[in-house]
Order: sequence, then structure tokens, then C-alpha cells
Amino acid sequence: MNETLPRAAIRAAKTNLVWLALPLIAFAIAVAWILSTDPLSGFRNGAPPIENLTFERTVLDDNGLSLLVRAGGSEPMTVAQVQVDDAYWQFTQDPPGPIARGRAAWLKLPFPWMLGEAHAVKVVTSTGATFAHNIAVAVPTPQATTGQLRLQALVGVIVGIVPVAVGLMFYPVLRGVGRKGMDFLLSLTIGLLGFLLVDASAEALELAGEAAAVFQGPVMVVLAGVGSFLMLMAIGRRSGAPTGLALSTYIALGIGLHNLGEGLAIGAAFAAGSAGLGTFLVLGFALHNVTEGIGIAAPILKHRPQAWVFAGLTLLAGGPAVIGMWLGSLATSAQWSALALAVGAGAILQVIVEVGAYLMRQGDRRGDIFLTPPVMAGLAAGATFMYLTAALVKI
Amino acid sequence: MDKPTRPDLMRRRSLLMGGLAAAGGTAICTSAALGQQPASHAGHAVPAGTVVADPMPGMGHGAMMTVGDVDSAVNGFDPTDMLTDWDTGTVSTLPDGRTLRTFEMTAEDREIEIAPGIRFPAWTYNGRVPGPALRAKEGERLRIVFRNYASHPHSIHFHGIHAARMDGVPGAGMVDPGDEFVYEFDAKPFGCHLYHCHAMPLRRHIHKGMYGAFVIDPDPERRPEHAEVARSRLLGTPENAGWQELVMVMNAFDTNFDAENEFYAVNTVAHAFMKRPIRIVKDKPVRIYLINVIEFDPINSFHLHANFFDYYDQGTTLTPTLKTVDLITQCQAQRGILEFTFAEHEPGLYMFHPHQTEFTELGWVGMFDVVEALA
Repeated sequence: MNETLPRAAIRAAKTNLVWLALPLIAFAIAVAWILSTDPLSGFRNGAPPIENLTFERTVLDDNGLSLLVRAGGSEPMTVAQVQVDDAYWQFTQDPPGPIARGRAAWLKLPFPWMLGEAHAVKVVTSTGATFAHNIAVAVPTPQATTGQLRLQALVGVIVGIVPVAVGLMFYPVLRGVGRKGMDFLLSLTIGLLGFLLVDASAEALELAGEAAAVFQGPVMVVLAGVGSFLMLMAIGRRSGAPTGLALSTYIALGIGLHNLGEGLAIGAAFAAGSAGLGTFLVLGFALHNVTEGIGIAAPILKHRPQAWVFAGLTLLAGGPAVIGMWLGSLATSAQWSALALAVGAGAILQVIVEVGAYLMRQGDRRGDIFLTPPVMAGLAAGATFMYLTAALVKI
Repeated sequence: MDKPTRPDLMRRRSLLMGGLAAAGGTAICTSAALGQQPASHAGHAVPAGTVVADPMPGMGHGAMMTVGDVDSAVNGFDPTDMLTDWDTGTVSTLPDGRTLRTFEMTAEDREIEIAPGIRFPAWTYNGRVPGPALRAKEGERLRIVFRNYASHPHSIHFHGIHAARMDGVPGAGMVDPGDEFVYEFDAKPFGCHLYHCHAMPLRRHIHKGMYGAFVIDPDPERRPEHAEVARSRLLGTPENAGWQELVMVMNAFDTNFDAENEFYAVNTVAHAFMKRPIRIVKDKPVRIYLINVIEFDPINSFHLHANFFDYYDQGTTLTPTLKTVDLITQCQAQRGILEFTFAEHEPGLYMFHPHQTEFTELGWVGMFDVVEALA
């Protein structure tokens, strides 16, 4: 008995192996047949290959103008000429030669761009197809100097860390709230997170639209969002539903991931030479984000954590804005910003679910809790506050 | 295929950058100033404090040019050779003693390189764009044997005087693929003309490259009052040999089918005469047969640097229709003869281009390299 079982198991495994190998072999034969007989040749009608080119980064500096372009054609594409403002300019390509599908190359032009003016770039491929890219306002692309990084960190701190810290400073006041106050605060958190979920998703999809087709923007955003949501749910629930400090930490993490995506987008805009308008907008954004701190504080009102916990939560929620700024201005492209925002959206969804579940566990009304005046008021207040303060920073 | 570019930067995040600019304005301004030293343009005064981004070497006009070279061997034609490459056909004598001049022409589909690295699916006469520069003498009998080896019906519509059935329009000399037609008429009036395909849709057939120069030289015997001038125009005379004659067909190409041209040129190849200036012997007067067949833009022009010329509109007169000008404009199919000399000039490079700056910067610009004598 003891000896026959393994033998039977081995035999079964061998049989399985054969059944596993058969379809693979069949597929390999099919591939070989397609490659050797080329049954698709009947579809070739002499039409030129479909071409697609995406502009991922634009760098303006002392050497002129550099563009990172990514090819998305059905076949390798050749950049033949480059126009700037309806004039042909000499350029060099790195790496040279045809650009394979999905690959990127730098085009470098000794172009004397004008500070503060707009420039129109047009890439002409060997088939005569053209791809346009507008530089809305030409300003020097920030260099990775210590000064620039410090400056970006400062903005990251103002829009990411300071508002969370300010929100958390309401902690002592919030401790005094009763059951209804608590319900209000938690639903306020859900409201603000709901706004961020919509905002991050829309932003991610929009950025995905700017990315090269090969990244399949919308699908990537949805997969990344759902994936991060499921992963964080699994992690969060591995020892029961999170409460207290754990829940606060997840809220901080969700907000932090959102801020990372925002930071990437801000940094990318900065690198693209986007010009700005004023300090009050940064302050507006900071005000907009103050609610985030209140939301993080809500689940730990009964716990009285130590000071370093507050510092940690602040850094977790706000710090990624600084990192995002740096990455965005130095190296990122639309698809990576979209990815970061999508992951952030998934994280926010997880927090909404957890805070909602927490809210339901607080009383005995379960799902009906959402129909109570404090909760409905909180949801409305959270979303409305975010919406209205967002208006300050939109034009 | 242009991807619409939206003003995507003026958004929330860009506004943040405004905050950044405001927050650290001094630092940014400092670095901007460092990267944007006012350039010392020769001949251009830059007001103090003006920020101009031109401190980089090689960023003058030298860099404003297409990259690379067109392979004339693969193309089968060379813009420089085309300047002087007259097709005089084959000559025989008719029973009545008149000269019969016979030209052989074919229509062919052909992919040509119109600018370095840019392939254009052209429709051609004799495999080239522009087609052969036909040249005859006033009063000769002309016979043009036209065979269509291309994939579409084509014709040759000659600007000149001829019978209706020789007009090269639908119903009169339109040739289906694989067919042949013989156009026959007398060479008149003398002048600088052109021919082009008149199949429909007309715009597409012309834009695809089906056009060329058609020059009829005046007969000195019929123009006794200007016999000297007529002899200087008549190809093959000693007087004509004293001139440096060039045929320039101004054309352009829309490579992405948006009804706007991406490339402008004389004799097809953008920037050809910037990369290889046209050699002019100082003592020889210059005569240019200039033809405008530009498609999509209503008007083209020709401007000569550091010199003035006489202009013969349509070339149908032996006295200038415009004297001492340095710029002429031509609507589509308009053409004329330019005459000028560099005899009093010092040797060097003299630019010519249309004074539509856009055309210039998209390839229609060249140089005359004036030299003492051919080496």
C-alpha cells in the first residue's frame, strides 16, 4: 500500500505531463505552419504600414530641444525629418535607425527655442506620415540639481505633508465628539475619498490616453486599479477587518498613493515646461488636502497614539507627493503617471470599503447607518468640501 | 495622421507649478537666465534684457535643414541634372520640308524619394518628377507618342495652341492603362510653357507628379525685329551657348494627405540646391525657365538675393514684361523667363527662394555659387 501509492501518483503525474505537453506541441506546430506558409499574405494590399508615434518627454535646455518618442506602428518606423514651427531642422536620433514597435528614441535638435513662446514640432516619417507635438510654453526643463530637487520637495511638502499635518492637528478637538460626531467624521472621510477615487480614476484614464497605444491605457488603468484594490484588501483582511491605527494606516497609504500619482503628474508637467500662475493656487491645493488629515485621524480618536505615530501617518500620506514630484520631473512618462494614479485609485477604493465596513460595525444599524443624518451629512460634506476646494485650483 | 495636441498642461498640476514658480521664483529665474544668455546675433541688435535662446553652437540657419541626402541613383533623376537636361526628341523632315519633332513619353507609377528618407508614391512621366523638359522650335510639327504603363488613366495636356482633339482632357487624348495615344500639333506660340495630366481628379493627378516643362524657342527668321534676342533663346545657336540656361519647376508634396504640403522644392527634392549650390560662371548671363505647378497653395514666388532680373511673363515676348525686379509671383501654372547676370558681382553664394518664408523653411530654397570660371 505504502509503495503502490507513490507509484500510482508518479504514473498520474506522467499522464498529466503528457496531457500538458500535447496542446503546447499542437500550438507550436500551428505557429511553425503560420510562419512557414504565411497564410496572411493574401491580406497584403500594398498599403503602407500603420504608424503611430507618441511624444513622451520634452527637454528644453542649452543644447536645444530633445524629444523622447515612442513608436507604436505595426512595423519599425523611421523618423526621416523633423519640423519645428514649419521649418526643417537638423536632428540626431539616439539610438539611430528604425524604431521598433514599443521602443523609444531621443530626437535631439539644436533648436534655438524662445523663452515663454509656443513651438510646434512635427515629425515626418519615411512614409510621409506626420506626428505633431505642441510645446505650449517653452521654459528650460529643470535640471536634476540639488536646488531644483529641494524646490520640488518644498512644493511637495506644501501640497502633501502640511495639509495632512494640519488635518491631524484637529485630533484633540475631534476626540471630544460623540457617537454621531464619529459617524459624521468617518462618513466625511468616505466622502473625501470618494472624490479622490473619481478624481484619480479620471486623471489616470486621461493620462493613459496620452500614453503610447502599446500600453493600452484604459485597460492598464483598470487592471492596475482593481489589482491594487484586491491586493490591499487581501493584506488588510489577513487578520480580520482593520480597525483603529491599522485602518488609519490604510487610509494614509491610500491617500499617499494618490499623492504619489499626483506628484508624478505635477513633476511631469513641470518637466514639460508648464508655466504657472501663483502662490494662492498652492495654498488652495493645501486647503483642499486638509480634509485628508481629518480622515486619517477619525479611526484613531479613541486610541490616543504616541506623537511619532502622527508623524509617521503624515509622512505616509503626504511624503509620496515629494517623491512623485522628483520622479515625475526627472524621468517619468504619461503611462507611469497613469499607472501610479490607478494604483492609488485602487488603494482609495480599498479604504472606502474598509471605512464603510468600520462605520457599519460601530453601531447595530449595519447598512442602514448610511441613511442616518450624520452619515449622509458627512458624505455630502466630505465630497462637497473636496469639490469646492478643487475649484480653487482648476481653470 | 496628426495627433491633436491639446493644451493639456494648463491644468491643476500646471497651476501647482505656478505655485512652484512663485514659491521659488528667484531660483527658477536664476537658472533660466543662466540657460538663456542673450545671443549675439551678427547684424541683429538684441535689446538688453531680452531673453533669447540661441547661445548654442550650430543653432544658426545651418541647422535649419533637412537631414541627410536623397539617393539620386535610386531615384533615377537628379535635381541638379534636371536644370539643364532638355529633351529635344528626335528630329525628321516631313514631305513638305517642315521639321517633325517626335517625343516619346510614358506614364509610370513610381515611388520616389522627395526629401532625404521620405518616400512618395508618385505618378510620373518617364519615371521622373517633374517629367522631361521638352524643347522645340517655333513652327515645328510636334508628335508626342504617349504610352500609359501606369495604373490609372492619364493624359498630357499641353499649354500651347492645338486642336480640341489634342487637348489631353477626358474625351480627347485620355489614355487608359496599357494604351497609347499620339498628340500632334504645331509648336506655337513660342514661350515657356508646361504640360500636365488632365485626368480627373485633376488635383490628385497633378500633385502626384504629372507635370513638366514645355519650352518653344522663337524662330529668329520670323522675328526679324528681335532676331538677336530670338537667336539667344534658340537652343543650339552660338548666341544661345553664351547663356547659362536653367529650367526650374517649382513643386511641393503633401505626404500625409491633409491638403497641405510638407515639402516644397524646385525640381522635387527639398533643399537640393542648398546642399549642392548651382554653379554659375560669372561672365555668362543666366536665363531661368521658371514654372509654378505648386498644388494646395495658390501662389508661389521667386526672389533673388543681391541681384535684379528682367522677367518675360509666359516667355511669349522678346522684350521683358517686367524690368529690373528681384521678386516675381506666379499663380499655379503661371510661368516665365528670368534673365540676369552676376558679371559685376564678386564670386560667392547668392541665395534664391520664394518670399513665402514658410515655403523657404520647408525646403524651397537654394544657392547660386558664382565662380570666375569653371574649373
